[in-house]
Amino acid sequence: MHLAYPAVLSALLFCTGLYGVLARRNAILVLMSVELMLNAVNLNLVAFDVWLTRAAIETLHSGQALTLFTIAIAAAEIGIGLAIVLAVHRNRGTSDIDRLRDAAEGPDDDLDDGPDSDAAARAQAAGKAEATA
Amino acid sequence: MTTTTLAVLVPLLPFLGAVAGLLLGRTAPGFVRPLAVLPTLASLVLTALVAADQGGGRAVDAATELTPTGSVPIELALHIDGFAALVAVLVGAVATCVQIYSMGYLRDDPRYPSYAALVSLFTSAMLLVVYSGDLIVLLVGWEVMGICSYFLVGHYWETPEARAASIKAFLVTKLGDVPFLIGLFALGTAAGSFRITEVLDTVASGGLHHPTVVALLLLAGVAGKSAQFPLHTWLPDAMAGPTPVSALIHAATMVAAGVYFVARLLPVFQASAAAMTVLAVMAAVTMAGSALAALAQDDIKRVLAYSTISQLGYMTGALAVADRGAAVFHLLSHGAFKALLFLAAGVIIHAAGTNSLAAMSRMSNLRDRVPDAYWTMTVALLALAAIPPFSGFFSKESVLGAAEHVASGHTDHAPGAAGWTVLVAGLVTALLTGAYAMRLWLRAFRGQGTEAPDHGKQPLAMNAVLWVLAIPSLAFGGLAFRTLPAWFDGRDLSPTLTTSVLGTGVALVGGIVTYGAWRHTTALAARVPLGAVAAHPEADAGLVEAEAIASHKPAYGDIAYAPDPADPGRLLLGPLHRHAAVGFHLDAVYAALFVRPVLAGASLVRFLDREVVETYVRGAGAAPRLLGAVVRRAQTGNVQTYVSALLAGTVVLAVAAVLLATGV
Repeated sequence: MHLAYPAVLSALLFCTGLYGVLARRNAILVLMSVELMLNAVNLNLVAFDVWLTRAAIETLHSGQALTLFTIAIAAAEIGIGLAIVLAVHRNRGTSDIDRLRDAAEGPDDDLDDGPDSDAAARAQAAGKAEATA
Repeated sequence: MTTTTLAVLVPLLPFLGAVAGLLLGRTAPGFVRPLAVLPTLASLVLTALVAADQGGGRAVDAATELTPTGSVPIELALHIDGFAALVAVLVGAVATCVQIYSMGYLRDDPRYPSYAALVSLFTSAMLLVVYSGDLIVLLVGWEVMGICSYFLVGHYWETPEARAASIKAFLVTKLGDVPFLIGLFALGTAAGSFRITEVLDTVASGGLHHPTVVALLLLAGVAGKSAQFPLHTWLPDAMAGPTPVSALIHAATMVAAGVYFVARLLPVFQASAAAMTVLAVMAAVTMAGSALAALAQDDIKRVLAYSTISQLGYMTGALAVADRGAAVFHLLSHGAFKALLFLAAGVIIHAAGTNSLAAMSRMSNLRDRVPDAYWTMTVALLALAAIPPFSGFFSKESVLGAAEHVASGHTDHAPGAAGWTVLVAGLVTALLTGAYAMRLWLRAFRGQGTEAPDHGKQPLAMNAVLWVLAIPSLAFGGLAFRTLPAWFDGRDLSPTLTTSVLGTGVALVGGIVTYGAWRHTTALAARVPLGAVAAHPEADAGLVEAEAIASHKPAYGDIAYAPDPADPGRLLLGPLHRHAAVGFHLDAVYAALFVRPVLAGASLVRFLDREVVETYVRGAGAAPRLLGAVVRRAQTGNVQTYVSALLAGTVVLAVAAVLLATGV
């Protein structure tokens, strides 16, 4: 089989995944898109490993080994990702990525060392106090 | 002990007294009074001994050089001639009187210890100036007096008038001192020494190349210290200080230092006819102008202050006609009677609770409340108006006689024009002096209206001093004019007939005209009630005076002026009164010429600092902050946006890398 087929397939898969990551709103669908991208990479790894094996006399099949690693890590990652999404959904009643904007810079945050950071520091201190209590 | 040792002790004792007073003032208040009076008294005794030793004979000269300076040597030198010996006695006597008087005057003042120490320090500095034979040492005393004057004028620093007056006195005298210092350097380099004797030798041998420039530079310092036109404006305002300070510094001693200095270095001034003419014009303007101003003042102490300026004008006038004997003669007699006038005025202010003549003229029986001040002040005013046989008559006649001598061309010591200027101005001033002395006396002691307040007797220390000073005011001139020439240059000081008759005549005319005007206006007094009286009339005299000064401006709208139609000065001066009351607007001129440009410059600098320099500083902080605010806009919180940006960046980098690698 020519190398072009798996390469084009993996490119298509990757682009689909990328589109999902950038465009979907549902966090679970975003995670699924990430899986798609990972699998596109895995496909590439396996295909190029095979292609290299034909050329070389001796090989360690490092592409296939790496793919196994990636699958294992992806499994762990998706587990943690889903757990986070579940926790967010439980807390907020939504897993819509557009609404999860807590890291945004508010319009009234012009002052760097404003009361917000003070409040944050106080909250941190309170948390520490609770932890030691 | 030799004369030199005695003379060294004279300035040293009050200096040590001042140091001890400043150190012990808080810890041992019991020692303050002895420490104030005794060193001054001791140095009075010593000055008398030195004068007796010197006896008008050859000048006592002694010098020691502490360390070589590398260029013109500075030596601790004494130069005691007849002038120095007698002026030192005057300084010692007035200082002792003032210290004793202050014990009563400021008896409840919390700042008395520092006050007494500063007066001692001042006395020491003045004695140093008098005895010093080295110009730089003289300058040290000169400047110490300046700073003491600053502190003492500002004694009541709680009042804004005193604060302003002390700063004004300091700045105006310093304005004169800068050219003075340059003049001293010029003298020192020309003579190769700062010793007065060597400077005078150099001048005598014609070694001074630019006598006019040097003399005019020195004259600036003299005008500042001796309150001569145009640098006299600080002296009337300096009356915001306590009365004994006015008596010591601003009447008898410090302001006389300038006159004394010119008397010492008279040959330097004589070397330049231009300088002598300038001196004569300065003296004429000063004595006539300030006598006019004295006629219009409402504050009793300001009357005396302008009178002091006017009398100092007589002294510089005598110097302008190159008769330093007459100048120092008038300095001595004026020192005695003007100190008396001020000290008596202090008693009157305490008794009346006001320093305003307008308010005093509405009190009857003030003279019965303070009989000692009444009689001694009468004596002093007669001396001031130069009525024979009081001491002022003889000294003033010696000045007028010297001027007449020069004007008639009997001598070539000085230009004839200077003689005429001084003579005419002196006679006009004699007329005005008679007038303002009469006005002061009538307004203070012949008031009609409510009974003067009775605060009991004045302290004995204050009254006794008045009588002590009344003796020289009464008799010094008559007793001394025959013996003084032996102490001075040997020139005759006895009054000549023409000037005596003229001078006394115009003074009497001035007095009588004022009396007539007073009779005419006094009926108006009852119709216009006026009066600002101190809030605590039974308190310590110093406090009463401070309150009186502070209440004058709120009551009358001006520190020097009272809207009183009963004032004979107003009738006599006519439309001139308004201008004379404010010293002929010289303060306003100075304000326009110097104060406002300086303030404008200061506000310009402030503007540059606040608006220009700080703009850069603020900009340095604001620009990054603005940049940060713009960049923060990108932080939308939407993770997908971030990833998109990341992707775009990656694509751009990848394309760039590919393009670079392929070398397109």
